[in-house]
Amino acid sequence: MSEEAIETTNGLKAKKDVAGRVFFGLALASIGALALITIFILVQGMPLIAKVGVFDFIFGTKWAPLQGYFGIFPMIVGSVTVTLGAVILGIPISLCCSIFLAEFAPATFRNAFRPAIQLLAGIPSVVYGFWGLLFVVPLIRDYLGGPGLSILAGAIILAIMILPTVISISEVSILALPRQYKEGALALGMTHWQTIRSVQLPAAKSGIVAAIILGIGRAIGETMAVIMVLGNAVALPRSILDPVRTLTTNIGIEMGYATGDHQQALFATGIVLFLIIMVLNATAQYIVRRK
Amino acid sequence: MAKIQTIEANLYYDNFHALRDITMDIRDRAITAIIGPSGCGKSSLLRIFNRMNDLIPGAKVKGEVLLDGKNVYDNSAMDVVSLRQKVGMVFQKPNVFPMSIYDNIVIGPRHHGIKGKKNLDEIAEKSLRQVALWDEVKDSLKKPGLALPAGAQQRLCIARALAVAPEVILMDESCSALDPESTMKIEELMTELAKTYAIIIVTHNMEQALRVSDMAAFIMIDENKAGGLVEYAPTTEVFANPKDKRTEDYITGRFG
Ligand SMILES: Nc1ncnc2c1ncn2[C@@H]1O[C@H](COP(=O)(O)OP(=O)(O)OP(=O)(O)O)[C@@H](O)[C@H]1O
Ligand SMILES: [Mg+2]
Repeated sequence: MSEEAIETTNGLKAKKDVAGRVFFGLALASIGALALITIFILVQGMPLIAKVGVFDFIFGTKWAPLQGYFGIFPMIVGSVTVTLGAVILGIPISLCCSIFLAEFAPATFRNAFRPAIQLLAGIPSVVYGFWGLLFVVPLIRDYLGGPGLSILAGAIILAIMILPTVISISEVSILALPRQYKEGALALGMTHWQTIRSVQLPAAKSGIVAAIILGIGRAIGETMAVIMVLGNAVALPRSILDPVRTLTTNIGIEMGYATGDHQQALFATGIVLFLIIMVLNATAQYIVRRK
Repeated sequence: MAKIQTIEANLYYDNFHALRDITMDIRDRAITAIIGPSGCGKSSLLRIFNRMNDLIPGAKVKGEVLLDGKNVYDNSAMDVVSLRQKVGMVFQKPNVFPMSIYDNIVIGPRHHGIKGKKNLDEIAEKSLRQVALWDEVKDSLKKPGLALPAGAQQRLCIARALAVAPEVILMDESCSALDPESTMKIEELMTELAKTYAIIIVTHNMEQALRVSDMAAFIMIDENKAGGLVEYAPTTEVFANPKDKRTEDYITGRFG
């Protein structure tokens, strides 16, 4: 190698090193920020959980921070019921949509539908909430009774909000299947629908389950949209027409004026939420990887 | 009578004329080999018999394709589902489904309305015995089919096709992805199956065509790139004294 060549390769190498360091630094910064937030939440929230006791904090049914009652069980019930409702309403629709897009829709339709679905994901959640408040809540109040602000209203809004995530991930996992599975099943004399149900969906199962779990994660973490339609009462609901408060809305509503133990209790609520979402995401990751 | 007859069958992919005026009778209980250069339309012809071309948008068949005298493209005479149940297919690469060995076999019969574990178990055992896989897998029927070696996977695919009680079996270069030993096993299997089924194979391997087939059909493209049937006769005749110069060139070139 000539000296000049060595010099230029060295120069290139140096440039690469610099670029590498910059990217490494940036990556480190974002991980660092994440770590700091996590530590901050833990430091702020743990003392209160310790003071109240894990059991009383999670299963206590009375939330009156100013009187020293910190039970978040109604909020946990709120989060779980609203999310469950969203899953029951949203998942079947999403799955049908993704099957339709992957297997039945003509290309032109699919190319128009896909961006439309993506657009749904881009609408700010406050807009969903506002729409829910103006249309969904009155409908429920007028036709089903109750205050309208309810589990059902939240579930409907969240069901719509998780559509894009669940549809696109499950569609991709169906489309990613080798063509040979479908051909093989059809060649056995199975109908198109039998092929989808008995071969393609089971084969795409891990992707679809991951899509559902990510959808659940999105639903359980949503705040703004549900704050506006849930009614936010801290009480154990007796029907899906009752108002509830979720873990997220609890933080969202009270953070503006909370101080001392009360503020810590909100951080502690955050810890519980954080754990739930972490478990959900880890499960989704695990299922996808296992494939 | 011929098991399958084609009368002036033509195949188009949109405007591309892929097969021109194919007229041939295919015998029952025999192996018919379709041979010819790459891209001449062997797979296309095979896929006419079980209407797999229906999956390709823009593919059109003109002319008649008869199974036991019934036009398979006439939906009032025969629906595509029962056609494919009668005319099974084994693909080039083993396409075992991502499920257990057992489920791979019984998925077909299940969807054709066969119920009861006992009946399905019987079918599974019978089909696996037919492909000489039973002894190998009888203790691991619940294991995923994809865990088997490639040769065994291909035999599993054959067993899966047999499980729906077909009358004709189409095999499109079904040995080309396999090692010589597995190939020998499958060839033995073909010969055995030809006692009960009509078998149509596509192969690039002239020795294989000569070893296993009773009839050979040589296909080649004409000046317009449409595949046509050049020669169709008992295999030994086609190989020993080909009538057509093009057949001779192809065969000797391949042997050569
Ligand atoms: N889906 C399709 N759309 C358009 N043209 C096609 C399609 N499939 C095959 N063809 C064309 O039809 C002709 C015959 O193809 P075919 O696959 O049947 O040939 P083949 O003899 O099986 O070739 P090979 O030996 O490579 O497998 C080729 O010119 C090919 O390009
Ligand atoms: Mg081919």
